[in-house]
Amino acid sequence: MIFLRGIGLVISFILIWQLSIYFFKFPPYIVPSPYLVFMSLIQNSLLISQQAVPTLIETFLGLFLGALLGLSTALMMIFFRPIKLWFLPLLLISQALPTFAIAPLFIIWFGYGMASKIAITIIMLFFPVASAFYDGLRRTPRDYLDLAKTMQATHWQLLKRIQIPYALPSLATGLRVAATIAPIGAVIGEWVGSSSGLGFLLLNANARMQIDLMFAVLIVITMFTLFLYYSIDWLLKTLITW
Amino acid sequence: MHAPGISIKNATLTYHNQILFDQLNLEIPAGQWSTFLGPSGIGKSSLLRLIANLETGGTISVATRITSTNHLPLEKSIAYMSQHDSLMPWLSIIENVLLGYKLRGQSITKVKNKALQLLRQVELEQAVNKRPKSLSGGMRQRTALVRTLIEDKPIVLMDEPFSALDVITRLKLQTIAHELLKNKTVILVTHDPLEAIRLSDNIFIMQGCPATIVSVIKPTGPTPRNPTDVEVLTIQSQLLQILQQTHEVLS
Repeated sequence: MIFLRGIGLVISFILIWQLSIYFFKFPPYIVPSPYLVFMSLIQNSLLISQQAVPTLIETFLGLFLGALLGLSTALMMIFFRPIKLWFLPLLLISQALPTFAIAPLFIIWFGYGMASKIAITIIMLFFPVASAFYDGLRRTPRDYLDLAKTMQATHWQLLKRIQIPYALPSLATGLRVAATIAPIGAVIGEWVGSSSGLGFLLLNANARMQIDLMFAVLIVITMFTLFLYYSIDWLLKTLITW
Repeated sequence: MHAPGISIKNATLTYHNQILFDQLNLEIPAGQWSTFLGPSGIGKSSLLRLIANLETGGTISVATRITSTNHLPLEKSIAYMSQHDSLMPWLSIIENVLLGYKLRGQSITKVKNKALQLLRQVELEQAVNKRPKSLSGGMRQRTALVRTLIEDKPIVLMDEPFSALDVITRLKLQTIAHELLKNKTVILVTHDPLEAIRLSDNIFIMQGCPATIVSVIKPTGPTPRNPTDVEVLTIQSQLLQILQQTHEVLS
């Protein structure tokens, strides 16, 4: 049913796209037709797939490390309460800074390679993971905590056997959000300064007015983001069944 | 181990500028079922939480002394069962039952057979490896009861443990609990006078603000009592009368 709905959505989108070109007479250098974009996708498939490799690596590494950092931050804040007082403002500051503004700094600090893109991805997604997981840990029902106390639970066992499992569905929510942000982080990094990747390809296509190629790359990024989201969603639903 | 009694001395609890208990003194007999009965908000559950050394949300005076009559640390002698079954949805029934041992980092090999035997006794042998969400309310509460029993503590505190169940399931569970908690010091908090009469050796009726024990009723005859028994019905009407009076005083 979800699959059919997805197909229906894609067909409707292509139809509206084609009809708007037909009715508004957009020139191909403003809005190319779905056919032109499809042809560009086929003709540039090798180029796109080559440039997709660094973006994929940056996305996966950024997602993995960002999730790990978010997870550890939440655990530290719940386990060592005084840390929360110092850490939470820093966490908020990291999110108040606009990514596009700090991205050039990351390029200067971490270089033109993958490291700067991974760092940008981490900064963008560790907050939703940390805040969702921390919220889940903090909301452990009082009944569970009372029970653990009367059972003489140690602090570590309480965290391991009650608080963390209880917070896993919240963590899953954070990871789903992170999955949609990770490719954006990598592309922003490439956009600001790089010599490879889909962001770099987008920037070049834009400079050369290759709008059909831009659309093709955007479609690839969208498809990849959807694939990443649904894979992680499936994995989390399989692992966290409560 | 013989179940000890509980001695409450000078218990004072203030909650949002309202004194819930003011130097409350009470002796809870050893090896018997004692029930606290009274209107909602009187402080029955708070008293139970005070005994269990759980967060009450109020301020406890330094003079408050709650001790067991055998002078062993009370926290280590208590098992607690609340209104909600508090079963962990990520654990199977057997894992839920043995949770206390895991939380203390103790081995479960010695108690696993006993847990399985208790689950058989409460007719849950088919559900051992199931998750709580696939169980009915009665089955979940029976699991919570087994989890309380496997802790093997001489004092058992029960805060309206059967209130969410239908009448028949409640009666059935009361009988099971009574059988399995023999010789333990049980403190039950309930709203249900019939439940109190069926199971208790002592019924403490609470009234007023700050709350005091206004009456102690000691129903006679072996427990669990038959709900259709004439004496049970007589005490029930007596209790309802007292509760009605306390309710009028409160309002």
